[in-house]
This record gives sequence, structure tokens and C-alpha cells, in this order.
Amino acid sequence: METTTANPTYKLELTSSPHVHSRWSTKQAMWFVVIALIPALISAVIFFGPYQLLIVLTSIVFCIGTEFLIKKIRKRKVTVTDGSAVITGLLLGLILPPNFSLSSTAIGAVFAIAVGKEIFGGLGYNIFNPALVGRAFLQAAFPVAITTWTKPNFAVDTVTSATPLAAYKFDKVFTSVQPMFFGNIGGSLGETSALAILIGGIFLIAVGVVNYRVPLAMILGMILFAGIFWGIDPVKYPNPLFQIFAGGFLFGTFFMATDWVTSPITSKGMWIFGLGIALLVVVIRIFGGLPEGVMYAILIMNSVVPIINRYTYPKIFGEAK
Amino acid sequence: MILMNHTKTFRGGIHPHEQKELTENRSFEVMPRPKQIIIPLTQHLGKPAKPIVKKGSEVKAGEIIAEQDGFISAGIHSPVSGKVSKITVGSTVTGFPKDAIVIESKDANDIVLMPSLDPEKVSAEEIRERVKLAGIVGQGGAAFPTYVKLSPPNDKKIEIVILNGCECEPYLTRDYRYMVERTTDLITGLRLIMKAVGVNKGAIGIENNKPEAINKLKEAVKNSPDISIEVLETKYPQGAEKMLIKAVTGKEVPPGKLPFDVGAVIQNIGTAIAIYDAVVKGEPQLTAALTVSGLGVNQPKNLIVRVGTPLADILDFCGGVKENAVKVVVGGPMMGVAQYDFSAPVMKATSGILVLTEEEINDHEETPCLRCGKCVDVCPLNLIPTKLARLSSLEKFEEAEQLSITVCMECGTCTYTCPANLPLVQWIRFGKQRVMALQRERESA
Repeated sequence: METTTANPTYKLELTSSPHVHSRWSTKQAMWFVVIALIPALISAVIFFGPYQLLIVLTSIVFCIGTEFLIKKIRKRKVTVTDGSAVITGLLLGLILPPNFSLSSTAIGAVFAIAVGKEIFGGLGYNIFNPALVGRAFLQAAFPVAITTWTKPNFAVDTVTSATPLAAYKFDKVFTSVQPMFFGNIGGSLGETSALAILIGGIFLIAVGVVNYRVPLAMILGMILFAGIFWGIDPVKYPNPLFQIFAGGFLFGTFFMATDWVTSPITSKGMWIFGLGIALLVVVIRIFGGLPEGVMYAILIMNSVVPIINRYTYPKIFGEAK
Repeated sequence: MILMNHTKTFRGGIHPHEQKELTENRSFEVMPRPKQIIIPLTQHLGKPAKPIVKKGSEVKAGEIIAEQDGFISAGIHSPVSGKVSKITVGSTVTGFPKDAIVIESKDANDIVLMPSLDPEKVSAEEIRERVKLAGIVGQGGAAFPTYVKLSPPNDKKIEIVILNGCECEPYLTRDYRYMVERTTDLITGLRLIMKAVGVNKGAIGIENNKPEAINKLKEAVKNSPDISIEVLETKYPQGAEKMLIKAVTGKEVPPGKLPFDVGAVIQNIGTAIAIYDAVVKGEPQLTAALTVSGLGVNQPKNLIVRVGTPLADILDFCGGVKENAVKVVVGGPMMGVAQYDFSAPVMKATSGILVLTEEEINDHEETPCLRCGKCVDVCPLNLIPTKLARLSSLEKFEEAEQLSITVCMECGTCTYTCPANLPLVQWIRFGKQRVMALQRERESA
């Protein structure tokens, strides 16, 4: 055929359908999460001072370094540009107490990536949230340092350095919701300001990185389970609003439990996962020896995600109910 | 649950870039007759047609050149007057070479038509017979012989005929142009189908991104209480049979069952027009209406071309291909077939030719599955694409079968969405074929 287009001189791609792809990519989703964490980072600096940036930076640098090294040693493709190590570093940094030692931070970061992620084969294969694995390790290794809290910058006399949960647990003192909402309370770097967390969290839901189901299930679950106890004895047990705003619950709700890799893939599974975390948090906070339970609640629920997935496959379209 | 949406639709699905603006306001142009016409004998689902001409035979436009062979098959007519130069194996747009009749066309406008029938008086039997004689096949992509679909088994009670005006594939605007340019013919076509299958209820499902067509259709049926225009949410794959039936009637076609089983007959817009042309004008299916689009083609158009026109001629007619084109697809971007040989001809059911650039394809680096669950969320059939793809890649076909891999209609919604850019539907397609082979083995054992 002598027509001009019959034998193109350029190369044509021959792949099977579909031939177009959405704007989604792993990298883009990861960088959205990084952006969403910026308000929490800012709140850490406002309430606890610029030193906290060093903690977060140390955590990020050691996360990236560890991933880079392990990939090199295992002779695998270096994937640090996907942004996932940056997220783990950011998340870990933001759940450490203010003025935490940099060397301990580094140890936690190495552990988070090495044991939390790379041992399983890297991104996509890990069972547990790597940042929480790092935090759990630090909790075991440095139990005193990790529960040493700093007074926030704008603390009035009545505000102590103790976190609202510790104040409740050990002194039966309830913190009012307003300081917890803005973040003028004792607590981990990025966990004190509900406002900052909500800005980031709602952004993630709006752009579609986070499915609303897990956060909604956790918050509704908290209202339900904490509400039951509160209903039984409102003097002894904290009200649901306090439970939601205190400690790491909101941070865990929007940034930890929603981690793609370690949360369920089915709709029903997401509800069960979120409700399960809320129940465990309430149980640990009320009956456990520790004032806070979000970290363990999420790690425990991470471990049952494969089973949750398996038993919550949706009904195939058109199949009898 | 947060956004209450009252427009009828189905669960799941995606919103790809529509890209309809490239061609939606361009009226159909009739492409001049090409010098050479290549007619594959397999243009439909089922057995190839049997050629009744030989090398050297003189043929007239409209004359039958290959006969229907068996129940599921369709006859083929010459779209031009001319001389058969050879019968040989040639490339087709499906990617598989097939036997084809090659005709050198003559500069003559004579055409053999069947007698015109009055759409008011024609009987169901006459309609079916005419559709069969005209060699009409479904224009929705699968190219199923239409007269078979107009002959539902007696034990199935058909309640409604639904015309599929969704055109949910991005880029394509062929059905849209038909709805706008031939509105009354389309309604007559729908009535002919309703008569053929013996129902008195008709509907046209159309996505809400086509307001002009919706208005014209509503105007055309304002005195016809038996035909409703169903405005549906613009969402891919709204035009998939099961999704369309769900949106219009609320019924779900069970896995392995057909629309017949829930009392519905679905026909494409182009098919209804072809039926109109066959009955009222006496024309066999000689032409294909298609959209030539994509950022890689110089002049996007909606065209009426003769069946058998090589892709190369059409691309030339549309001003040629730009330098940054990387892919040529026949059909829509979600389910179409990438082309490697532009000598392949347009077939009866060809709906579009897309010339795509890197920018439109939006390919990313592939990463491991991040278990985000987006594929599960968007799968309109409630499958677990990531799991099925993984099982297929590990060749665990029995497990994939238990998870209903054969239900997959390969709409590609999962692959489109996947942030890790995994070839999900591609693996599932592979797994599905293997599972179906295993099932056939089991049955014959």
C-alpha cells in the first residue's frame, strides 16, 4: 500500500486494553500523604518548638537511608523515590514525644524500615504499619524517655505536661475539649492538634487517597464503645468526645489505620477494621496498664487484615443474596 | 452515602476523561469509496460466512458475496461495485488474520437494494428475516448476529427492549451523532425491534453528559408512553449490558445468564439504525459508522465508511497521524484493540479508530500492589481484581475459578484505576481463558 500511514516509521505500542490510565500512581498518592502531614508538622513546631523538626528530619533521613541500604545489599531496585520511606519517617517522627533524643529516633527509624517493612519484602508486602512498628520498638527499648512529656508552649498554669490520657488514667483529671482541639496539650509531636490532623485527613479523603470508611468506622466505633462505658458511669469513664480528641486517636484514624498496605481491601472489611480498632482502643485505655492504646490497637488489627479480607469478599453482581 | 445521587446507575465504575469534545459536534461525513475493499469472512461472533464469489467475479454494491453458515453467523454483502481480485488471508482489527475477499472497486454508484417495507405494517417474522438477510450484527463490540438476539427462546418472557445510548467509552461519539442526526429513524428502529421480540415497552438508556441528544429523544417520544428515555449517570462502564439493565430496570443479570433471563433485550444505537435502514430503505449492512479521534490524529471526525475500508485510507482521509502518536486503537480506549497493521479493514461492528499520544495514555511506573482496595471499589461486578490477577499470575486457576474469575467482563476499570499501574485485567483475561479451557476439559471428560 503506498499510503503514507500504512507503514509508520515510528514505533507503535501494542498492549492489550485498557489503553488509558487514571491520574493515580503510587508516587502521587505517597506525596499526597506527605502534603497532608504538613499541618501536623507545623502544629508540632508551634506547640513544642523548632527542635521537633530535627526529630522528624532525623527520622526521615534514617528511614530513607535504611531502605536505600537494604535495597542495595539485596541487589534490588532502589525505590526510595516512591515516597513511602519519607512517609514512614514523617509518621514515626510525629508520634514521638517532644524533645525525644535524636539517636533514639534514628534507632526507631532503622527498626521501622528494616523490621517493619523490608523484612517482608518492601512496600506492599508488610503486614504491620512500619511507623508503628518503630514506635512499638522504642516503647520497649526506652520506656521512660518515650513517656516523658513536655509542656506545650502556650500552657497556662493549669495545664500540665502530662497528656490528657495520663492525667485521666492516673489522676482522674479530665482535660476539656477546646485545648485538645487546637493542640495546646501534652502529647506526641503531631498528635496534639485535632485541627491540624483534621485538615490533613479531610484533604486525603477529598483527593481520594483515603477511603472514608476506615476513619468513619473508627469515629463511630469510638462514639459507640466509649459511649457505652460513659453511659454506665459518666464519673468513672471519659465521654466519647474526650476519647476521640485525646492521645493518638485522630492521628491514628487518619494517618495510621488508613495505610493502604496494612488495611483491608473490601468495603465491609474496612468497617470491621475501623470498628475493631475503636473497640481495642477503648478496652486498652480503660482496662490496660497504659494510658494510650491506639498503637497496639492498630497493630493488632493489622495482623488480622488478611483474615478480614478473606471473609468479607462482596457478593458477586447478580448472585442470589 | 455522603453524596446522595438520584441519577440511575450501578455500583462501582470510574470517570475517565471523556474526550468527547474532540468530535461530538462534528456531523457524520461520508468517506469516498476506497480503491480496494477487504472483507474478512469473520466479522461477527460465530462461524465465518461462506464465500459465494470467486477470483475474477464481478460484484455489485449490495450483492451478497458470502453466505451465513449455521445459526450463529451472518451473511456479507459487497459494499462497492467492482471485481474480486483475490480471496486470501489478511490482517483484521481483532489482531487475528482471517480469510478475506478483496475487491477492486469500480467508479460506479449502482447498488442492489431489497424492497422497502412499511415499518407500520411489517410483521415480526418479516423484520427478523430482513435483519438476517441484511447481515446485521450488533454494533456494541461483540458483533453478535442481530437476528439471533431478535429470536429469544420461547420459554423466556421478554418485557422490555433497551437501546444502549450510553456510549460510555471515552472519545466515541458515533452513537451520539446517530441520536442527534437520526432521532426519528432511531425511534422507528426501536419500534421495529420491539415488534420483532413482541413487547410493548421500550427504553433508551443515555448518560447525562449528552443533553442535546436527551432533549431530541424526549421530544421525539413525547407522544409515545410506551417508550421512555432513561437518563443515567455518566460513568464507565454504564453501557455494559449488565450495568445498563441494572440502571434501567433495577434487575441484576445473574452470572452466566443473559439479558433474556431477566426479560430484557439490549440493542446498540447503531444496530437500531442498521435495522431501520434494512427494513425501510432495503439496505444490507454495507457501511460502518465510526469516530476517528485522539490527540494523535490531525482531523478528528465522525465518519460513515464502507465496510472493508483499510485503516490507512481512513487515517489519510482524517489528515494523517501526528508525530507524537504512540498507539492506534480500534474501538474505545477501555476495551479496544491496539493495531499493528493499517492494511486491516473496518468491519461491520467497528465503532472507532483512536490515535493516542503518550499524554492521553498516562502510563506510570509499575510498583507492587499496595492493597489500596481501589480495584475492589470500582469493579462493577464486585470481584476482587487484585486477588484474581495475582492468582492468575501464579497459575492458581482453581482458586481463581472459585472466586468467579469467569464472571469478569474485562471492562478494564481495575487496571485504569490501579495506582500501582498493575496489568490487572490483563492477568485476569489470561486466567479467565485458562479457567474456561479447564471447564471445557471437565465437561468433555
